[in-house]
Amino acid sequence: MVNLNVNIAGLKLKNPVTTASGTFGFGEEFEDFIDLNKLGGIFVKGLTLYNREGNDYPRMAETPSGMLNAVGLQNKGIDYFINTIYPKIKKWDTQIFPNINGSVVEDYIAVAEKLNDVEGIEGLELNISCPNVKEGGMAFGVSCPSAIAVTKAVREVYDKTIIVKLSPNVTDITEIAKGVEGAGADGVSLINTLLGMAIDANTRKPILSTITGGLSGPAIKPVAIRMVWQVYNAVKIPIVGIGGIMNATDAIEFMLAGSTAIQVGTANFIDPQISVKIVDGLEDYCTQNRITEISDLIGGMIS
Amino acid sequence: MKRIQDFNVISYTWLNDDNYIITLGSETDIECVEPGNFAEIKVPNSPDVFLRRPISILDVDHQNNTIKFYIKAIGKGTRQLGNLDINSSLNIVYPLGNSFSVIKKKRALIVGGGSGIAPFILLASKLKDENTEVTFLIGGRTSGDVFLTDEFGRYGEVLVTTEDGSLGEKGMVTQHSVFSRTMDFDLIYTCGPDPMMKAVANIASEKGIDCEASLENMMACGIGACLCCVTPTIRGNECVCTEGPVFNSKDLVW
Repeated sequence: MVNLNVNIAGLKLKNPVTTASGTFGFGEEFEDFIDLNKLGGIFVKGLTLYNREGNDYPRMAETPSGMLNAVGLQNKGIDYFINTIYPKIKKWDTQIFPNINGSVVEDYIAVAEKLNDVEGIEGLELNISCPNVKEGGMAFGVSCPSAIAVTKAVREVYDKTIIVKLSPNVTDITEIAKGVEGAGADGVSLINTLLGMAIDANTRKPILSTITGGLSGPAIKPVAIRMVWQVYNAVKIPIVGIGGIMNATDAIEFMLAGSTAIQVGTANFIDPQISVKIVDGLEDYCTQNRITEISDLIGGMIS
Repeated sequence: MKRIQDFNVISYTWLNDDNYIITLGSETDIECVEPGNFAEIKVPNSPDVFLRRPISILDVDHQNNTIKFYIKAIGKGTRQLGNLDINSSLNIVYPLGNSFSVIKKKRALIVGGGSGIAPFILLASKLKDENTEVTFLIGGRTSGDVFLTDEFGRYGEVLVTTEDGSLGEKGMVTQHSVFSRTMDFDLIYTCGPDPMMKAVANIASEKGIDCEASLENMMACGIGACLCCVTPTIRGNECVCTEGPVFNSKDLVW
């Protein structure tokens, strides 16, 4: 028997496999393909205080071993999530993590305050790293003082688990990680997408309506693993590893680098069953390697 | 219900150098498919092609468990899909998206251009089942771009336009004389390049006829999770993969 449970600051996940915000909708989109009760958690689509229409089409460009996106946080607002979506998805026996965003600190506070009262939601992901919005978003996550300020502000109004989603588009991600740890974050998730760009050589125009966008997929995996390992060596709070995880072996690599849990992102677009296949694959890996507690793998790289 | 399923390549029918019909078979039952539905096809043996390719479903045969796609090879993915070994495996997610309205005992005009003709075999067969009279108007640059007219002919009158006049009337589809006739159609269905669909929708609007257009935006997931394929509508940005691909043209802001 393998114990797949992991623990993020006291919050138990039945296994380390969760799905990344923006790649899994609200989970319902995958109901025909998988048993959502098998997941450790679902980080739902990014939410803001009010309805957002997002960026203009085209929002996506396929790139070598990955893709760029510039969706721009299209969502119907936090109240719609709490009143209409959450009642439909709370039946699943998995942790639901809203991913919250704002243009100003007051937006984050207002969203977090509303979520604090929602029974059944035990934690949120504080997104200070969205590269696709003009105001706020990544701006909070690329400087230490602003990352600390927004984390502190949300900490004051939110009593449950806060996981801060970090941007890789910084000189030293460990400085930001240490900053948000000091400001009261219970965990960090990394990495959000890398800022990228693609041009159509025939039309000489940018492919994305926003010109730049966020790169995801296996193309970013080595960068993500390096950053997880650096942050693991810099902070004590748990890490949720993200970046191009396509299979169970990738997930193991992230755990060995220091991740307590992982998020499956772009791979959900290629195989809508991949998240659950990774849960099964982790169990197989542990069985084959005579590991009884998967948490023993966390930071277990032999150097 | 949406499903992920492995198929085998049974055969190819090449219509010309770039256009083909691929027939896939499965050992197990296939899902019910409505006209306008599409599939997300995983492109095998092609490391350059990362995402699935959304392709409109041409036809299904529930007795033999086969599904057909009409594909125009325009990029790496669609070219590679035309280059697989017979009996090799192909993984598809389907049926995706909404479908065309199937009107009963009425008259319908179906306007297609380029690869936009793909959903119309299935649509015409359903319309025929409902005793709706169908007229097809198919446009292309030259006679070599106009396909499937024999198949369409089994369901109704087929009108053709080509830009060079090599087949049917000369000009764009919207210049066809059918539009100067008394337009007693109850619904116009259209699929093809955006400028063509917009022009068809404008005519429909002028004549007070409802028009349904099937859009073909770039997609990643195909199931409404990534929000990459949106189109602006009177209700805001909507996903072509889930709220579409078929939209009433009055709802589109294009």
